[in-house]
Amino acid sequence: MRHEDYVIHTGISPSSIPGPNRYPHITPAGNTGTGIFHMDAIEAHNLRKNFGTFTAVDDVSLAVPEGAIFGFLGPNGAGKTTTIRMITGVLIPDAGSVRVLGTDVDRDPLAAKLKMGVIPENGTVYSDLTALQNILVTAKFFGMARAAREKRAAEILEMLGLSERKDDIVRTFSKGMRQRISIACAIVHSPPVLILDEPTTGLDVYSRRLVIDTVRHMNGQGSTVLLTTHNIDEANALCSMISIIRKGTIVATGSPEKLKKTFDTARYVEIAFEQPVGNGLFAAPGISRAEQWGDKWRIYTDDPDTAVKSLAALADKGHLTIVSIATSSPTLEEAFVRLTEEV
Amino acid sequence: MDWRILGRSIAVITEKNMRIYYFKGPVVVFGLLFPFIMFLTFFIGRNLDIVLFFPGFLGMMLFFTSSSVGPLITPWEKREKTYERLISLPVILESIIIGDLLAGAIFGVAITAVVFLIAALLLHLPLAHAGILAIGFILGAITFAALGTLLASPTTDNPSNIMMLSSLVRLPLIFVSGIFIPLGQLGGWVFVLTSLSPLTYLVDLFHAALNGDAVYPPWLDALVLVLAILVFIWGAKVIQKRNLVKGI
Repeated sequence: MRHEDYVIHTGISPSSIPGPNRYPHITPAGNTGTGIFHMDAIEAHNLRKNFGTFTAVDDVSLAVPEGAIFGFLGPNGAGKTTTIRMITGVLIPDAGSVRVLGTDVDRDPLAAKLKMGVIPENGTVYSDLTALQNILVTAKFFGMARAAREKRAAEILEMLGLSERKDDIVRTFSKGMRQRISIACAIVHSPPVLILDEPTTGLDVYSRRLVIDTVRHMNGQGSTVLLTTHNIDEANALCSMISIIRKGTIVATGSPEKLKKTFDTARYVEIAFEQPVGNGLFAAPGISRAEQWGDKWRIYTDDPDTAVKSLAALADKGHLTIVSIATSSPTLEEAFVRLTEEV
Repeated sequence: MDWRILGRSIAVITEKNMRIYYFKGPVVVFGLLFPFIMFLTFFIGRNLDIVLFFPGFLGMMLFFTSSSVGPLITPWEKREKTYERLISLPVILESIIIGDLLAGAIFGVAITAVVFLIAALLLHLPLAHAGILAIGFILGAITFAALGTLLASPTTDNPSNIMMLSSLVRLPLIFVSGIFIPLGQLGGWVFVLTSLSPLTYLVDLFHAALNGDAVYPPWLDALVLVLAILVFIWGAKVIQKRNLVKGI
C-alpha cells in the first residue's frame, strides 16, 4: 500500500472551526465585511527545502484554520522542524510561500513575526538574564509599553508558577523552568498565532501539564496554535486537526477521530480464558490472526462483531470459561504508526 | 517595510547586547586595561614622542574596543541556542547586524572617550579640530564594530574559531596602518599597503583632529571609512543570509 493512499479529505473548512477574532488591529485578508472570517491563520503553500542532495521538505502545504489547535506529527527526521522553521521565518525555503494571518512571511517578515509567538525546538532564553528580564526584553520587541509589559510579565510568571524565581538568573534554572520562561516569552504579547516546536519534550510531568494548560488557555483566549509533538496522546487530547509528515511529505491531514477511523480495520479483541488454550483454537470466521499477550490473547480482526460472536461460539463449544473480553478502539498511535511506517 | 518596527528591533538588540555582552565588569575592565597595556608595550622605553604618536594610539584603541566583543556575539548565541529564538522574534537580518554594530560602537566610543579624556588632561594633548575628532570617533567606532559583525558572520557556534579569525584579521591591520610610523614618513609599496587598511584613515583623521598633520584630506578619510562601513555590513548580510538559506 502506498502512503498516498491514506490521504484523507476531511471536508473541514477553515470557517467551520470557531475562532473569535480578538485582534481587531489585524485585518484578515478574507474578511468579507459580513463579520464572518474565511481565513486560515497559517497558510503554507508548496514548501520545499533541500540540504545539499537531501530533500528535507518536499512540496508541503498546510492550512491551519483560525482558532484551531493544529498538531504537526511525524517521526524524527520527517521534516517537522524544518517546516516550522520556514513558517516562522527562521529558515528561507527553496520554494513555496507562507502567510500568517494574511501577511507573507518572506515579503513582510517584521509584520508577520509580530503576529506570532514562537517556541523553537532549538531555541532557548538568555541564561545571563533573569526570568523577568527575559520576558521584558521579549515584550520590547513587540512594542509593548512599559506598564503593559510589566503587568503582563507579572501575570504570566504567576500563571507559570515562577513568581518567586523572577529575579533569579535563568542559568540556575532546570530545563522545565527554562521551557516555562521560553513559553512566557512566546505569549507575553498575546499572539494571535502561537507556534510551538516540541514544547514538552524532556519535561517533567508538572512542567508538561503547565505547558499543555498554557496552550489550552491561549487557545481559549483566541490564539491559533500550531504545535509539533512526538506525544500522540498529547496531540489526541489537544488538537482539533492533525497533519502527519513522513520523509518530508504530508501523508495525512484531518481530525484525530477521522484519522483513527481510517485505521478501523486494525482493531482487535482481547480475551482471557480460565483454561490454557493454544493458537489453533482461533481458526474461525472474522479472525485474521491471534497473538498471546501475557495471560490474554489478542485477536486481530477486520470485523469485531463477527470475531466476538465466533469467540463466544468457540468458548461454548470447547467448554472454556471466558475471564474477560474487550474490544479495542482504533488509536491515533496506530494511525500514526501505520502512516509513518517504512513501506 | 515598517521602519518603526525595524528601528525598534535595532534598539532592543543594541540594548540586549550591551546588557548581556558589553557592560559587564570583566569586559569593561578588560576594555580599560587593554589600552593601558598597549600603551606600556609600545611607548615605554622607546623614547617616542607621545603627542606625535597619540593619534595612532587613539585609533588603535578605538579599533580594538569597537571590534573586540562583536565577533563573538553571533557564535555565542548560536552555541547557547538563543540565536534561533532571536530570529523568530520581529527582527530581520539588518536588525541583528546593525544592533550588534551599534552595541560595539557605543562600547568603543565610551571606553575610548574615557581614556582620551584622562590622557588629554595628563599629557596636555593639542586639539586642532574638535569636530573632526568627534566625526573620527563616530565613524571609526562604527567602521570597526561593523568589521566585528562581519567577522561574526561565518558559520560556527564555536566562539574560539572566531577568536582565531578575529586575531588573524585584526592584528595585521595594526601593523599596516601607520600607527607606529607616521604616514608622511612612509613611501613606496609600504605606503600602498598602508592605504589598503581602513584603520589608516581613522588614524589620519585623528592626526587631522589632534595635531593637524594629516596626509589625506579629512573628507577623503571620512569617505573611505563610510565605504568600509557599507562593505562590512554588505558582507555580513550576504554571509548571514547564506547561513539562513542553509539553515546553519
